[in-house]
Amino acid sequence: MAYPPHFDETLNLVKETRRFRKSQEIKRLNDAERTELIENYHPDYRAEGMEPLRIGPNRGDRVPIELAKALESYSIYDPGRLNLSEPDYSTDILIVGGGGAGCAAALTAREGGAEVLMATKLRLGDANTLMAEGGMCSPVRPEDSPYMHFIDTIGGGHYTNVPELVKALVLDGPEIASWLIGMGVMFDYEADGSLKVNHCGGHSRKRMLSCKDLTGLELMRVLRDEMRDREIPCLEFSPVVDLLLDEQGSCAGAVLYNMDTADFTVVKAKAVIMASGGIGRLHIQGFPTTNHYGATADGLVVAYRSGAEMIHMDSIQYHPTGTVWPEQLLGQLITEVMRGHGAHLVNASGKRFINELECRDTCASACIRECSERGNGVVTPTGFEGIWLDTPLIPDIKNHFVGIYQRFKKYDIDIQEEPILVYPTQHYQNGGLRINPQAETSMPGLFAAGEVAGGIQGKNRLAGNSLLDIFVYGRRAARRALELNGKVASPVRLTVEHLHNWHDRLNALGVPKAQQSPVLLPDYTPK
Amino acid sequence: MANLIPIYYLGKKHMVPEGVTIMGAIENSGHRLVRGCGCRGGFCGACATVFRIPGDHQIKVGLACQTRVEAGMDVAILPYYPAQKVLYDFKTVTDPARALQTMYPEMYRCLGCSACNKICPQDLPVMDIIAEAQRGNLPAVAELSFDCVMCGLCASRCLAQMVPYNIAMAARRLYSHSMLLGPDYVGVRIREIEQGVYDRQIDALLEKSQEELQKLYAERDIECI
Ligand SMILES: Cc1cc2nc3c(=O)[nH]c(=O)nc-3n(C[C@H](O)[C@H](O)[C@H](O)COP(=O)(O)OP(=O)(O)OC[C@H]3O[C@@H](n4cnc5c(N)ncnc54)[C@H](O)[C@@H]3O)c2cc1C
Ligand code: FES
Repeated sequence: MAYPPHFDETLNLVKETRRFRKSQEIKRLNDAERTELIENYHPDYRAEGMEPLRIGPNRGDRVPIELAKALESYSIYDPGRLNLSEPDYSTDILIVGGGGAGCAAALTAREGGAEVLMATKLRLGDANTLMAEGGMCSPVRPEDSPYMHFIDTIGGGHYTNVPELVKALVLDGPEIASWLIGMGVMFDYEADGSLKVNHCGGHSRKRMLSCKDLTGLELMRVLRDEMRDREIPCLEFSPVVDLLLDEQGSCAGAVLYNMDTADFTVVKAKAVIMASGGIGRLHIQGFPTTNHYGATADGLVVAYRSGAEMIHMDSIQYHPTGTVWPEQLLGQLITEVMRGHGAHLVNASGKRFINELECRDTCASACIRECSERGNGVVTPTGFEGIWLDTPLIPDIKNHFVGIYQRFKKYDIDIQEEPILVYPTQHYQNGGLRINPQAETSMPGLFAAGEVAGGIQGKNRLAGNSLLDIFVYGRRAARRALELNGKVASPVRLTVEHLHNWHDRLNALGVPKAQQSPVLLPDYTPK
Repeated sequence: MANLIPIYYLGKKHMVPEGVTIMGAIENSGHRLVRGCGCRGGFCGACATVFRIPGDHQIKVGLACQTRVEAGMDVAILPYYPAQKVLYDFKTVTDPARALQTMYPEMYRCLGCSACNKICPQDLPVMDIIAEAQRGNLPAVAELSFDCVMCGLCASRCLAQMVPYNIAMAARRLYSHSMLLGPDYVGVRIREIEQGVYDRQIDALLEKSQEELQKLYAERDIECI
């Protein structure tokens, strides 16, 4: 499954131009050039891909069609048939989602003495967090500062970030690093005992902490182990399919769906922390994705139809370098760090077309322009298109990127000798539930942390900022919930009135009854 | 159109396109996975798979999302395998190497059969990892086991009935926790933040117009690679 023979010509051009390209300077774009590029080529700006919401707190906002459909859907069961007077579980804090944000929240809440229950869709740790390769940014080095991290993040987000959320992000960063180190996370170190740091797109300082090229795996393994050591109960294969309210309209629990037995269970809680992650498996605009199997925007769906507000949900992040060939690896991430280490983005004729250290939306737009308007893409036998990531430029690649090296080796591609064919792939949900710096959503009793929350990263997230964000806001949500927990009594009566109302509105719009959500899992069986 | 080849999933025959992964083939034959699928990218170990090829007596393994189908292969994904894990609070641990040995004394029952090495889909030297654990060489265990996705296959084969991946997990945490302490500058930065050193600087930025921020952003100096 090496490269097909008709790639030989372009592969030769890439090889021949390598020496010249090494000494070639490509200027960064100024703000105006960048805006023009993005507005013309970024998928978020494709009018056909978007649709205004017809009901709910963000009525009138344009969101991706696939999301609009999931939001404007009925529950997957009949809420009238739940037994709300005898909940199956009762707890102080219910945590939804067993990824990084959820575990950070659960451990922090437990540390503070609360009774905690976690419900997650697949196994504990089956999550986008586990898949992160590159690393986590934190302004810990003396050469760096939270001030610089703030400027980078807000500039990278094109000044759309909620500034107070960025402030909390950068100021909590060092404490998060220390918390993780203290839990026994095996970060990379230099021989002198300092933390190893990498450069990555959009950051002005080296501030990405890593655990080889398996940072997320290491973080998730440690968090999961700690969850077990602290004996925090976790219901696996039990996704949340709706939120429950009390009579005052505060969030007071949730409905879980047991995927093994197809039963529905009722959980009563004084607070709910939503940490259900991203949207990739809805395949926005048909893009492949880097996300795990369960990333289907369920948290947005259940929170939105209960009345929580969203922000920036017209903004999706496409990672510039998703794999195109071999097709078995379609959409899978090739980390940014490769560009940080000198790999070029190169078109079919061996030419560079963008400074590789530009932000993700800029690089992705440039790749799309290269393949569409300029016709400089490389076409695969099954009609996919891509451009080259010239990996042989990276010194000692085999040791530095063991995982990626081995992945391609299985398909007879040696990335020390040959470049990788890439195209943008859906990677991250920039927007999400609107939160304040204490991770409170617009609905009392409901908190949100991690990829499901929005505003922190603005309309373009920088590399390494998400792993930081999930821990910062996971811990903040738990601390705030703990603070309030002492003040509120356990909810007395649970209701599903809001769901009946929602269904009535869908009915009035003529939405067919068979249109149900959350999606829970994508369907890859043949149609 | 790709060539079709036969595979047997849970004993039933399906014709699937040549070249796809085992996971792709199972889905292609109409199964919507609930268990046995997580990241779909070779990271999570949810899809540990055992299979046999006709005419070969050996039992083979792989991650379903990473392994390509072969004609006639007979496959099953292992959705779950019970494992024992010792609970611990290693903030209280003083001698990490000893702690590991006391937690998992069964590691001394290793028979050296190397079934674990043969079955590891990540090609990790599991038996060497256990040998280093027996010696209390935590840094070696940590390095050798770093790529472990905790799929559970080693535990399913171990004649001494131990759970190698949980032993390695404990070893990595004990090692990091006792020997990778983080440089002093992290603590210094945290204290600066607590003292409010950066609040004033950042609050000043919160007051600025977008034009002013754009200027600061454009003019910021960038550390060299
Ligand atoms: C391949 C890849 C590489 C990445 N690399 C980096 C990187 O190097 N640096 C960086 O900063 N960021 C990176 N990111 C982004 C980052 O990893 C994620 O944004 C972040 O980990 C999200 O964390 P989370 O806890 O919010 O969500 P997740 O980790 O995805 O966890 C969400 C959890 O919620 C569960 N869930 C979903 N729906 C429900 C439901 N209905 N009920 C209950 N539970 C539910 C899921 O199963 C999952 O366990 C990467 C992302 C991917 C996909
Ligand atoms: S699904 Fe995660 S390793 Fe295969």
